[in-house]
Amino acid sequence: MQGKAWYKYLLSLPPMAYLLIFFATPTLIMLLASFRYAGEYGGLAPWYLHESGRLTLDLTLENWQRLLETDIYLRLFLKSIGYAVATTLICMVMGYPLALMIARSGRKNRDFLLLLVILPFWSNFLVRIYAWMIIFSPVGALTRMLNGVLGLIGMGPVTLMYSPTAMLVCLVYVHLPFMVLPLYANLEKHDLDMLDAAQDLGAGKWRRFWLITWPLSLPGITAGSILVFIPVLGMFAIPDLLGGTNGIMIGNVIKQQFMESRDWPFGSVLSMVLTVTAVAVVLLGSWLGRRR
Amino acid sequence: MVLFYAVMEITALLEIVDVSRHFDDFVALDKVSLRIEAGEFFTLLGPSGCGKTTLLRLLAGFDQPDGGDILLEGKSIISSPPEQRPLHTIFQNYALFPHMTVAENIAFPLRMAGITKKDIQFRVAEALENVRLPDKVRHYPDALSGGQKQRIAIARALVNRPRLLLLDEPLSALDAKLREQMQIELINLQKDIGITFVYVTHDQGEALALSHRIAVMDQGRIVQVDVPERLYGFPNSRFVADFIGKCNLLEGYVHEQQGDSVTVELDGLGMVHVCRSETKCVAGSRCALTLRPEKIRIAANVSPTGDESHFSGSVHDMLYLGDVTVYIVALSNGLLLEALLANSSSGRTNFFEVGDFVEVAWSCDAGHLVLE
Repeated sequence: MQGKAWYKYLLSLPPMAYLLIFFATPTLIMLLASFRYAGEYGGLAPWYLHESGRLTLDLTLENWQRLLETDIYLRLFLKSIGYAVATTLICMVMGYPLALMIARSGRKNRDFLLLLVILPFWSNFLVRIYAWMIIFSPVGALTRMLNGVLGLIGMGPVTLMYSPTAMLVCLVYVHLPFMVLPLYANLEKHDLDMLDAAQDLGAGKWRRFWLITWPLSLPGITAGSILVFIPVLGMFAIPDLLGGTNGIMIGNVIKQQFMESRDWPFGSVLSMVLTVTAVAVVLLGSWLGRRR
Repeated sequence: MVLFYAVMEITALLEIVDVSRHFDDFVALDKVSLRIEAGEFFTLLGPSGCGKTTLLRLLAGFDQPDGGDILLEGKSIISSPPEQRPLHTIFQNYALFPHMTVAENIAFPLRMAGITKKDIQFRVAEALENVRLPDKVRHYPDALSGGQKQRIAIARALVNRPRLLLLDEPLSALDAKLREQMQIELINLQKDIGITFVYVTHDQGEALALSHRIAVMDQGRIVQVDVPERLYGFPNSRFVADFIGKCNLLEGYVHEQQGDSVTVELDGLGMVHVCRSETKCVAGSRCALTLRPEKIRIAANVSPTGDESHFSGSVHDMLYLGDVTVYIVALSNGLLLEALLANSSSGRTNFFEVGDFVEVAWSCDAGHLVLE
């Protein structure tokens, strides 16, 4: 029995090591960095300060105070959460029927449709965003067509580029597969006899959906929502390219701190808040999933 | 006679008229007609692919026939969807809703029927009492054993009193001991509540044990409909004889028929006399004498009575089954005959060994002639 237990730990060693090296350690480094001073030329200042011949630990709460000094960061966080929630909801509404349709179609069609869902992954993420920039561009076909129609009914021309709409469209476009795939995996496993049984016992098609399929698919919805919500929360590439000046999200500010302002400690503070938010969302999701 | 049919007309609960179903080139059901009376335990029996499950799905409404009609209490139900038919199905894998408690599962059909919360509570409790699981109200299905799931599925299907209960091999997922126990429970339940059961199985033993009447199906057609004893004792074809229980089929010609007394010339064995025959046969036609192993007497020296046929042979193989021993006897012409000997009458466990010379005999009314 003891040998067996020992074996079990050995098997979990690689994933444990992975988590330790690539998650726990960087998080710890980031946490420590959030209490340090920024270096004179970027990066971090030394740990210790030489003061009249003595070494003193040089840590500060300044960075965290700065977070709370203005409400700008709170507003940015809330805005990012808003985009993440909106993207998740739109992906859910669009992805659910798609996943259901794929899960209920014949085996041959199913593989083909799944391929179509995964197809965008075959080209680079940035390239695909640039493609959207072309589509949304003021001289692009979509904008011209839209403005042509709006002009007919006497409404002013609109720009699609650098707007929340453009951002949202692109966020949904990029993250839809992350909603569809876990949902499909869940829906595909449903025992169809259960739907027959529900019908047999008097449930019409709407009640079959809302009383059987929907509640049983909640774990899939939770998984998909987490997979969409978290990357959107920290997203910076899409707001950078499509968001314009008003489109920045918290991810952009973090990137800015590390790359442009060279203020690593404050970047670490913002990253910590983002990480804690993400972990909270995952915990909330798994708590909702555990509840019957 | 006219009056009798008039009565039949009123009591037939379910009438299946010339129902056909094709899947591309495959004929799943070929003009099947059946009448099932109210209160009956009726079984559709046949090998896999015979069309019994297809017929059940047509009754439930999950599938539409290509031809024919299905009448429930004289009214066609073909155009009503499954949710509007006053009959319920027990699925092979029970199909309980895993996200609902036992009580919620049983309440489901009542909720669908728009029954008030108070009545639902009362009837769920009553249904659980009926299947003797009143303490499982708050359990989820995955906390139940196979037999318990089965009983909950039955309670759920019966709770709003359907006119008909369709059961699709409901016991096939249970182990042998539990299956026997559930068979007895099913018989008692059906007797107590008096709802008509239409039961599908490929297990002939189960069909014989449970049913009032059995329809034997093969290749999309109904071969014979009868009560279990008649089906076992008087099969109407080689297929039924072979499918229901163990059976020796002795091929031959009808030599002569006089009333219920038939002389048959068995291939390679010669003349045998069959008395009290119920089969109408024409002299010269092919036939087979069906002989159940337990009707064959086997002894070192059978000393036959006047109306017995007897042959000699040797023990070719034997199967010791505890209560009985099955002897495969090779007759002088090479034909293998299966005979049963109960191990009860003597302290000995084996009467014969492989290779022993034995004699077999059966009385003239032991066999039954089939023509098809």
